[in-house]
Parts: sequence; C-alpha cells; structure tokens
Amino acid sequence: MALLQIDNLTVEFETATGWFRAVDGVSMSVEKGEVLAIVGESGSGKSVAMLAVMGLLPWTAKITADRMLFEGRDIQGISPTDRRELIGKDIAMIFQEPIASLNPCFTVGFQIEEVLRIHLGLDKKARRERAIELFRQVGLPNPEERLGSFPHQMSGGQCQRVMIAIAIACNPKLLIADEPTTALDVTIQKQILDLIMALQAKNGMGLIMITHDMGVVAETADRVVVQYKGRKMEEADVLSLFENPKSNYTKALLAALPENATGDRLTTVSAFFDGNPEPAPEAHA
Amino acid sequence: MSEKMSKTETGNTMLEVRDIKRDYELSGGLFKPKKIIHAVKGVSFKLERGKTLAIVGESGCGKSTLARMITFIDEPTAGDLLIDGKKVDTRPGHLTHEMRQKVQIVFQNPYGSLNPRQKIGDVLGEPLAINTDMPAEERRHRANEMLKKVGLGPEHYNRYPHMFSGGQRQRIAIARALMMNPKLLVLDEPVSALDLSVQAQVLNLLADLQDEFNLTYVFISHDLSVVRYIADEVMVMYFGEAVEYGTRDEVFSNPKHDYTQTLFAATPRADVETIRARVARKKAATAA
Repeated sequence: MALLQIDNLTVEFETATGWFRAVDGVSMSVEKGEVLAIVGESGSGKSVAMLAVMGLLPWTAKITADRMLFEGRDIQGISPTDRRELIGKDIAMIFQEPIASLNPCFTVGFQIEEVLRIHLGLDKKARRERAIELFRQVGLPNPEERLGSFPHQMSGGQCQRVMIAIAIACNPKLLIADEPTTALDVTIQKQILDLIMALQAKNGMGLIMITHDMGVVAETADRVVVQYKGRKMEEADVLSLFENPKSNYTKALLAALPENATGDRLTTVSAFFDGNPEPAPEAHA
Repeated sequence: MSEKMSKTETGNTMLEVRDIKRDYELSGGLFKPKKIIHAVKGVSFKLERGKTLAIVGESGCGKSTLARMITFIDEPTAGDLLIDGKKVDTRPGHLTHEMRQKVQIVFQNPYGSLNPRQKIGDVLGEPLAINTDMPAEERRHRANEMLKKVGLGPEHYNRYPHMFSGGQRQRIAIARALMMNPKLLVLDEPVSALDLSVQAQVLNLLADLQDEFNLTYVFISHDLSVVRYIADEVMVMYFGEAVEYGTRDEVFSNPKHDYTQTLFAATPRADVETIRARVARKKAATAA
C-alpha cells in the first residue's frame, strides 16, 4: 500500500474571469522510504497540489479528486478535528521561507514544544529534553541556549534547521519539503539537503521534494514528477529522466540549464517548442 | 592629439578598482561601544571594455556593497574607483552627470524595483526627463525603441508593472538601465528570482545587448552554473575579501582557495554520471 496516493486531483480557484484550474488531473503516489521530487516552474501547480493534501488551501478553492489516501485512509472528506491530529504528526511540511514561517512573537523553543505538547502530550521536562535532542539532531549549536532565541536572532539557515526540527518532532511518516533551500546560499543549501536526506534515510520517511532546481532533483530524488501549467508532463525514475527524457517539456527544461549550453546561446523553452508539438500531458494509464 | 594619447594610455580598461574599502558603523547603546563592520576589505580589479566580470559569494560577503560603490550609491571609505580611465570623485555632490550616465544598475527583484503606480512608458522615459532636456515626443520614441530592443513591444508602453510576468519585468528593468546609453552595467543577481526557462531568455538577451552596445558587465551571482556560462573573469568574495580572482577557466579548472573549493563542492550537479553514482550508492546502502 502506498503511503500517499492521489488520483486525478484537480484544484480550481475562482477569479474575475471564471474558474482557474491550478492543478489539472494530477495523479501520483509515494511509497514508504521513497523520495519523490515534483519539479516545475512557478505557476505549475506543484505547491498547490501539496497544500491540497495538507488541507491548507483557503475555503474558496475547489478541490476534487477520485482518491486521496494516506496509508489507505481517505483524507479528502476528513473532519477538521481528525485532520489536525494527522497534520504535523504523521504528515509534516517544511516551507520555502524559513524566517516567515516561524512566529516572530514566540521563542523557537516554545514553538517546537507546542508541537510536542499537542501531538505527543509530553510533560514540561520531557518536552524540553526532546526539543534539545531534536535541535542537536538538526545540527544547531548550543541547543539549550537556542531554545530561548527568537526567529529574528537567527540566520536563515538556522531558522530552516528549526523548521526541520519542528517537522520531524513527531517522527512523521511523510515529509513534504516545499522548496526548502531556495532562499538559502549554495553552501547552506548543501548542508540542509544533506540533513534532510540523512533524516529521511534514518527514519525511513516518505519525502516529497518540491523544487524548480534540476540540480536539487538530481541530488535527492528517487522518482520525479514534472509539472507544467497544472498538468503532469512526465513521471520517471531520476536516472531515466535525465538520461532519456520522454516529454518535450522535460527536454526543454534540461536544454535550458546553463551547464548544458552549446555555443553562445542557451536554448529557451519557447524556442524549443518552435517546430516541436506543444507539450502534452502524460497519457493516463 | 593629447586626448588620443590618453586614450591609448588607459588602453581598453573600462573599470578599475584599487584597494576599495567600505566600513559600516553600528551605533552602540548606552553601555555598548560603537561597532565597525568591515563590509569590503580592500578589493582591487581591472575590467576590460565589453567583458563580463562575475562576482560570486554567499550573502553577507560584501558583493552587493561592492556593487553599490561601483554605482555610486554608497561612498567608499577608502580606495580609488576609475571609470573609463578617469578617477571618480565619489564624495556626495561631486559626481558629474556624465559619470552617472555611464554606470547603471539592474537589481535582483524585478517586483520591488519598479514603481507599481508608474506606467512602463514613464518608467523608461523618466531617466531622460531628469537627465536631458529631450522633448516628450522624442522620449516616447526612444522608449518604444528600447522596448523593442529588449523583446517587448509598443503595445506594452501604457501598461503597469503588475501586468507583466517576472521575466518581462526584468526586461523592463534592463531597458530602463539602458536608456541613458551606459557603458558599464552592474547586474545584481538579475536572474536569481526567475524560472529556469525565463532565466535562459534573459541571459540570451544580456548577451545580445552586450554585443550590440559593447557593454561591460559586472555580474553578481551566487549561481555557479550561470557564472560559468556568462563570465569572462570571475572573482570569489568571502567575508569582504576577494579570495579568488582570475579568468573563468583558471578559476573553474583550478580553484585555489578553500572557500572556492567548498563552493564548487556544494553546487548540485545535474549530469547523468553523478546521478548514476548516487543511485548506485543508495542501492548499496539499502541492500546492506
């Protein structure tokens, strides 16, 4: 049984010009211990699909799916109370802007202990011990002192470590990382990716890595879903995707990488489509 | 005759920076002493006309401070700045119009650098209206020409910034920088906010414009794959110092400083061999 299975997910938003389809009939699944990368440009619906899974979209969004199962349990029609029990405990998410996703009014210690109190019901002493242990696990120096820090007293990389510590606090079965390193420097990106991958291997979590960076995909993923304009273009294991891309869109993306430039000019995606058919979504099996 | 002499003497150097420094003073509290931050600690380089120098480094290493000094936004604490062979008097109020015209800047975030209440035509016409006494009709004509140059059209003249995508906005920011016919363009992370496919378009545009106007670029970036593609010379900065400086091939084939090597090692690789090796490693680990 897949850890997370989504069949034919569609998300629509009402706009002044009618319903806008942000995600259009996307299906995917993640196994236990597997790393799935979802790659696409901004506006390709890669984040929206995962926000729908988390139930974090505003009520104005229209979400329809044939199936949305987490460990075989339906999470589409789930009650808000049940969802609150699931989210943050079994499914956790790391967001792109580490500083913006922490509450500036509370210490990071309070914010991590809140998760431990609500989901695990630990007492004060146990919470503190577990929080220190988690901070140590994500490589924050002086974890005892760090508990009393506010987000603005820490760097972006440190805040992202705190976010990761909060996300893995309850040993989630599925971790969704939405562009976890986009706001960080290359050297810090490497550290954070190494940390996420080490935790994933150690805890055997399922991991969904949302990104637009083909380098991050190449360094982390087992399997890759390529999205464009809300539709799934291609799904393949990481090696065949880079070695032998099937979809035109994937070929165009790879050709646009500066390291793959031939001569003086980069191939742009639109130039690639000239003379080639417009990218078509992958046929449903 | 003497002018000709001086031209050959300065050779083909567009920009020269000699031991430039910038300190920022943090005012202390009642019991805290003042603190001085050395943002740029003595950087020197020479850049030829029509070439591209890429400055690489992590956030806080002083690369943007250096860009601000080259574009006269910040005054250097010490050191000399020579543009087109002439020493620039960077004290406030001493800058000539001519100097300001020669150097222009494009910022990282195309959403933040355009006034949301100004039409694109006015965005492009404003530098001319401020710096020249060109009649409105002529300004309009020049703005339309420039729109065409950067791959937009006259139909965009009356639109507002929010009606454009990120890549189009960056084109507008580039067009605005080019309105005064600058010689030197400082590009502060011009493509890091853009998607891969749009990034390729903007990089191509920059290459075309460089050929057409013989522009000199100072290109600030943290993305090594972009730097490798666009730069002639590369400078790596670390804590306010230039730890590595040389031609692109020198720096990429034989990085000398520890930090440069760390930087190269940290850059994700997207080639098939690396992926194959990683997948094999993972298989071995799970089998064991």
